[in-house]
Amino acid sequence: MATEVLMPALSPTMTEGKITRWLKKEGDKVASGDVLAEIETDKATMEFESAEDGILGRILVPQGTKGIAVGVPIALIVQKGEAVPATLPKDPAYVTSKPSPAIEDKNVLYFSGASSSSGAVVSHGSRIIASPLARRIAKEKGIDLATLKGSGPHGRILRRDVEALAISSKVQPAVNTTLSCEHASTQQTNQAALLQENLGGGSYKVVPHTTMRKVIARRLTESKSTIPHFYVSVDVELDALLALRTQLNSLSNVEGAGAFKLSVNDMLIKASAIALKQVPEVNATYTEEAMVLYDNVDISVAVSLDDGLITPIIRQAELKSLKTISLEAKELISRARAGKLKPEEFQGGTFSISNMGMYGVKNFSAVVNPPQSAILAVSAAQQRAVVVHGELKVATVMTVTLSVDHRAVDGATAAKWLAAFKAAVQSPMTLVL
Amino acid sequence: MNQTEFDIVVLGGGPGGYVAALRAAQLGLSVALVEAKHLGGICLNWGCVPTKALLRAAEINHLLHDVQEYGFNVGDIRFDIQKIVARSRAVSKQLSMGVSHLLKKAKVSVFEGVGKLNGKEAGNKWKVLVSQEGKNSLTLTTQHVILATGARARSLPGLEPDGVLVWSYKEALIPEKLPQKLLIIGSGAIGTEFASFYRAMGSDVTMLEAAPRILPAEDEEISAIAQKEFEKQGIRILTGVKLGALKKAKDSVTLQVDVAGKSENITTDIVISAVGIVGNVENIGLEGTKIRVNRNHVLIDAHCRTDEAGVYAIGDLAGPPWLAHKASHEAVLCVEAIAGKEVHPLNVTKIPGCTYCKPQIASVGYTEARAKEVGYDIRVGKFPLLANGKAVVMGETTGLVKVIFDRQTGELLGAHMIGADVTEMIQGYVIARTGELTEAELIETIFPHPTISESMHEAVLAAYGGALHF
Repeated sequence: MATEVLMPALSPTMTEGKITRWLKKEGDKVASGDVLAEIETDKATMEFESAEDGILGRILVPQGTKGIAVGVPIALIVQKGEAVPATLPKDPAYVTSKPSPAIEDKNVLYFSGASSSSGAVVSHGSRIIASPLARRIAKEKGIDLATLKGSGPHGRILRRDVEALAISSKVQPAVNTTLSCEHASTQQTNQAALLQENLGGGSYKVVPHTTMRKVIARRLTESKSTIPHFYVSVDVELDALLALRTQLNSLSNVEGAGAFKLSVNDMLIKASAIALKQVPEVNATYTEEAMVLYDNVDISVAVSLDDGLITPIIRQAELKSLKTISLEAKELISRARAGKLKPEEFQGGTFSISNMGMYGVKNFSAVVNPPQSAILAVSAAQQRAVVVHGELKVATVMTVTLSVDHRAVDGATAAKWLAAFKAAVQSPMTLVL
Repeated sequence: MNQTEFDIVVLGGGPGGYVAALRAAQLGLSVALVEAKHLGGICLNWGCVPTKALLRAAEINHLLHDVQEYGFNVGDIRFDIQKIVARSRAVSKQLSMGVSHLLKKAKVSVFEGVGKLNGKEAGNKWKVLVSQEGKNSLTLTTQHVILATGARARSLPGLEPDGVLVWSYKEALIPEKLPQKLLIIGSGAIGTEFASFYRAMGSDVTMLEAAPRILPAEDEEISAIAQKEFEKQGIRILTGVKLGALKKAKDSVTLQVDVAGKSENITTDIVISAVGIVGNVENIGLEGTKIRVNRNHVLIDAHCRTDEAGVYAIGDLAGPPWLAHKASHEAVLCVEAIAGKEVHPLNVTKIPGCTYCKPQIASVGYTEARAKEVGYDIRVGKFPLLANGKAVVMGETTGLVKVIFDRQTGELLGAHMIGADVTEMIQGYVIARTGELTEAELIETIFPHPTISESMHEAVLAAYGGALHF
């Protein structure tokens, strides 16, 4: 009996995705566990494995298709000798395999309260309502209809919605000159002018959003509009930490197994973990009903990519050695840049670090990564004049800023955390204890 | 004491005004309508409706004269123009009463009289002065005033209608006797409809047009077919005409015209002036307000708002196209915007136009020339009614369906039809334009057989690789 393969939810926040590549052809034999296709989720490109044995009877959604809702049939798997149904049978006896469940993170349960808008709800057949003309123009211009809000009846996407995004140099003036009605033409001109103005005028190209861009936009908007942020900064002296780093790195084999090279960031991850253990109120999520205090310290490290950013997680950083953290971070970052992270590797951290020190940044504040309560913004280390016991001396100093969700963490607690962090960094032997 | 305070007061009871009042009532707003003469306005009383009643008589006359072709023998065919006019008036009256009934049912307060903006009272409400026969009768107060006072015939200097020898549409609708010789100035919808009627009834009709072709708003090809047909029916058509002096005698009129550099004197019994319309912007209290008037029309924005907050204008008063259904659409749009609903600006390229001359003409969107001018790369499809089965059955083979598509997107840019029943069929293409269908959906649509509407399908096919039956 033919089995429908449904678009899987490869991450808890995934509601739609893109099939970047089919790895099996129609007619290929498929065993359970074989990779059927590569699917671009909201965060990464993932391999999608078959849960069935049989033959890939029919590919229902060609590769390159974007915006496929989770739960939509994408292929049919048939058994040997069985005819491939021409269309999807409607027979109730027809077996429909459940979409692969969203990969469960141990924290996912906690998150459901805070991240409901990005929730892992499987939406079945969320059809995009658009006029045929709007569909065609969007396709020609490479615009993803899922990114548009329809202005027609019941939210139907119309030509004007597509063209508002991609004002074509040809069609728009056409409309202006056509309207004989004075008021209508004035209106159209104003609208076009307004759009031009908003877009900065001149010539430009319109780049459709990637799934990642959409997720970043949605999540950060959600964060800034729902989380009451406040910011606390402190200067931290790094000389002791840098000295320790040199010392520790000299212990590493130059090459081969066990070779490591600690970065300042690796050490700041550890220092953060220590501070979070000392001030556990920061290692928390605010929910309507209660405060969720995490037992583990899972630190999300912001990694910039060409087209966005992703936050691989160092799990249980408080229990790991600097060397383990360093090796893990290195490996995660390289896979993040290759778009090969698994969802559980970037979803579900309890605290974030964003480091822009390598760009020479003096100070910045980051946006809290919900449902977490705090994010540490790390700036560049610089030699600065400091006054110690009434005497001027030179020290290597960096400014760090903690952005905090005030619903979960109050000012004094944030200050306490920063003091703990500063102590760990300035007395770095605690990092190797 | 009657209610004098309303959410909305509408001035004018035509297809703009009364529809605005009905929609406002539907949305639960309290609404008053001020109308001086006839509910239903020009459309119902002196325009769309009574002309169609006259043209129905012309159609019957035409059929009676063709009955032999269908196997009938009839004797002497005679008509009584006064009875034809009487039927036309009765139709108008019936429909006007229908409007009155609808307004009553909707609990719209109807005030008979002339309404006029009369400044604001404390609390920022507008005052509307209603007067009857020059006497002020009462003042209404309201948050919103919708001006829907319509338009009247434009008159050219020296050619002002006198109601005896020079007629406007009004006199042309109620002739006491059929003029033997008739000169019609203007070949738009009004001019051609009167030309069709009077010619069908037996008048000797000459039609003048200043533009190089008749029906200048229509697609050129449609104009050409119409001209050929009118001439076949015996209507004399002069285009590119420059009007000269008009001399009135006791029972006749002589108009001097220049055509292609040659002067000619045309002597006729009656002249009908059909040279467009002007908005009724006078005596409605616009003086001293911020409301701007341009070439006899009130300037509005996309939501029918004038420059004065709380005052709106719709329909003919607010500018072209001067069509009843445009007025009604603006009425709904305007009232819904007042009620806080989301509305979209009127798009004139989605408003159909219909002319009920014989053969009928209907169109929507861009003409071929206009589409090219605007810069579209187009595909054009045409289908003659001669090749349509039902048209042959009906003996109505004169006509053409023409469609214009954007080559790039497949958007139906325009549709132009001439022939029997095309005014009833154009809505198919209007739906396609409004619903943003492309050629693909139109090609896939199954049209019923046998109908004249199949020619609409065939014209689309013709634009994309070939009609099946031509």
